[in-house]
Amino acid sequence: MKMLERHGVEVVFGHPGGAIMPVYDALYDSSVKHVLVRHEQAGAHMADAYYRASGKVGVCFATSGPGATNLVTGLATAHMDSSAVVAITGNVATGLIGTDAFQEADVYGITSAVTKHNYLVKDVADLPRVITEAFHIAATGRPGPVLVDVPKDVQLADYDGPLEAEVDLPGYRPTYVGNARQIERAAEAILGAKRPVMIVGGGGQAAPDEVVAFAEHTGIPVITTLMGIGAYPPGRDNALGMPGMHGTVTANRAITHCDLILGAGLRFDDRVTGKISRFAPNATVVHIDIDPAEISKLVKAHVPVVGDLRDVLPRLRALLPRLDVAPWREQLAGWKAKYPERYKTDKPLVSQEVLEMLRRAAGECIVTTEVGQHQMFAARLFPTTKPRSFITSGGLGTMGFGLPAAIGAAFARPGEPVVCVAGDGSVQMNVQELATLAKHRLPVVIAILNNGMLGMVRQWQELFHAQRYSEVYLADSNPDFAKLAAAYGIEGHNVFDREHAARVIPEALAKGEPVLLNFLVYEAEKVWPMVPAGAGVDEMIIGDQEPDAFETHAEREEVPA
Amino acid sequence: MNVSRHVLSVTVRDQPGVLLRIAGLFARRGYNIESLSVAQTERPGLSRTTFVVTGEDTTVEQVTKQLQKLIDVLTVVDHSNSAYVGRELMLIKVAVRTPDDRVEIRQIAQDFRARIVDVAREALTFEVTGDEGKLGAFINQMRPFGIVELVRTGMVALERTEQERGRAKAA
Repeated sequence: MKMLERHGVEVVFGHPGGAIMPVYDALYDSSVKHVLVRHEQAGAHMADAYYRASGKVGVCFATSGPGATNLVTGLATAHMDSSAVVAITGNVATGLIGTDAFQEADVYGITSAVTKHNYLVKDVADLPRVITEAFHIAATGRPGPVLVDVPKDVQLADYDGPLEAEVDLPGYRPTYVGNARQIERAAEAILGAKRPVMIVGGGGQAAPDEVVAFAEHTGIPVITTLMGIGAYPPGRDNALGMPGMHGTVTANRAITHCDLILGAGLRFDDRVTGKISRFAPNATVVHIDIDPAEISKLVKAHVPVVGDLRDVLPRLRALLPRLDVAPWREQLAGWKAKYPERYKTDKPLVSQEVLEMLRRAAGECIVTTEVGQHQMFAARLFPTTKPRSFITSGGLGTMGFGLPAAIGAAFARPGEPVVCVAGDGSVQMNVQELATLAKHRLPVVIAILNNGMLGMVRQWQELFHAQRYSEVYLADSNPDFAKLAAAYGIEGHNVFDREHAARVIPEALAKGEPVLLNFLVYEAEKVWPMVPAGAGVDEMIIGDQEPDAFETHAEREEVPA
Repeated sequence: MNVSRHVLSVTVRDQPGVLLRIAGLFARRGYNIESLSVAQTERPGLSRTTFVVTGEDTTVEQVTKQLQKLIDVLTVVDHSNSAYVGRELMLIKVAVRTPDDRVEIRQIAQDFRARIVDVAREALTFEVTGDEGKLGAFINQMRPFGIVELVRTGMVALERTEQERGRAKAA
């Protein structure tokens, strides 16, 4: 615990158990705040969201065996989205390891695939170095989760040596400073382009000022991925929104028609690229990333630059004038004007209008989401204007992330309002955390967009499985969410119509404490546009986003020669 | 798509679980290992693992980068980019059915500079060192007599020292 205090840890999310009791005993006298979760997975998500919201390493505790295995989904989520988490788990005493002891699991083996690095500490003398390295590895280079597994006897061992320790990691040297020649080549490529576009990913969350300065200086149009939301303010003229499977028409068309992509801190995930061979067929790709393994992993980079955006973007900017791309920007503005966010309101309440009401009422806030249709709607209609504020499970797509993430984010940025956008399916995957939320009276509004369905699965079944709705119906057995909230001592409202929604949303946001709003929304709403799995982004189905004919379906676009 | 064979030398820290990490990396990213050998090096605390992998060049480039990301991995050298010496050790037990066979087997073994390490009435066991081609040829020669058992270490490799630099160091 002393070491954690030294590392500036203010809050830990965890759950005690037999094999981690010595740590909890030390915690009793510590200045570190502990948040008692109701499931270890939620603790990992809270630590993850704590990092995403603050840039400070999130810490979680769990006991051996089931406690530690419950962390796995949380660690995998953090790993996929490059989030700095240090997880400390108890284990059975060293003499019992390998004997199938009570609550023993090979946590080191299990978590090696879902962490940036992990440790099993067998000697208390190693602990200062291991903890120091764990924080160092988690937060530097491409961030990621690190797990430290500490057997019970090691926790109990007397230790009066120094708590300071040197990091000894000869095999770990992240590259921060971009190669000067590569940056020159990137500048040359950008200068030669007539239709350039910048795509900012999760890496942009750590370098928002540099992204904004670069985009303002050069005038380059900017696409932000799901992970990049908030790294560039969505309202600007040259902001094109999100690309990919449920991206905007403008962003996907920009990718298809551009002659240069400047990728900044992203990994070209398949939900972004669609079919790789149809992705940006005419573009020179300049790819800046801190992780060399991401360069040319999926999309071939013609000009790779390995480094930190905070170093590379300012240096690249210094080599560039304002770009002469007026015709291209006009073309993009034309698409933006033709394809604004659009949805039908000739039916019961729809998710999109609820999100727009929330956005208008909330102003600047932190948004967390669960995973599904509501997540895509939120990315499009409720993007945050500030960095580190749109917190969602992008890579792993973990249902059950949003509610604990809201709690973690609320601890990271005390006083700021948090809106957790949830579906009725995914909110139930960690719904026990209503207890944690109730205890700490955090300013979190949970907005359940309740269509009584696993909506995204339903959408795929409607479009690609001949409307065979297999196991997606929830409405017959969903709880009464308002009553569920009340059972935890949280104010809850079931909201059936527009007028009620318009009234209750500002009230809930003004409360400054937890409120659950359960919006009963139209069950068959779909997220448009959509790039079918395996198709190119140029083959998107525009659906309801089509301006002239709402009845038009399945418009296929031609790739330009 | 350019599929070829690559010999990778990976220097790792002797940490518990380092092989688990490497094996896990190959398994979960779907890379195939043809052979793998691990042993300590001249530097205390460091081991050298040698992998032989076959794949598209882009895949092998990914393997290399992913290996480099592991915290306990210090260096990754792809020997296909330079001249190297690669050797493998094989122990092979060959059936001996007639006295004539015995003479012939021993003669072939001598040509291959294979050492006899165990002699029995029905079998001879040889130790053979060499590159893959040599080991393959030896196996082919022995097959008609009957191979009872064989075991190979997998390749180990070292980069060749450039002549100029070698002399400078020696001087």
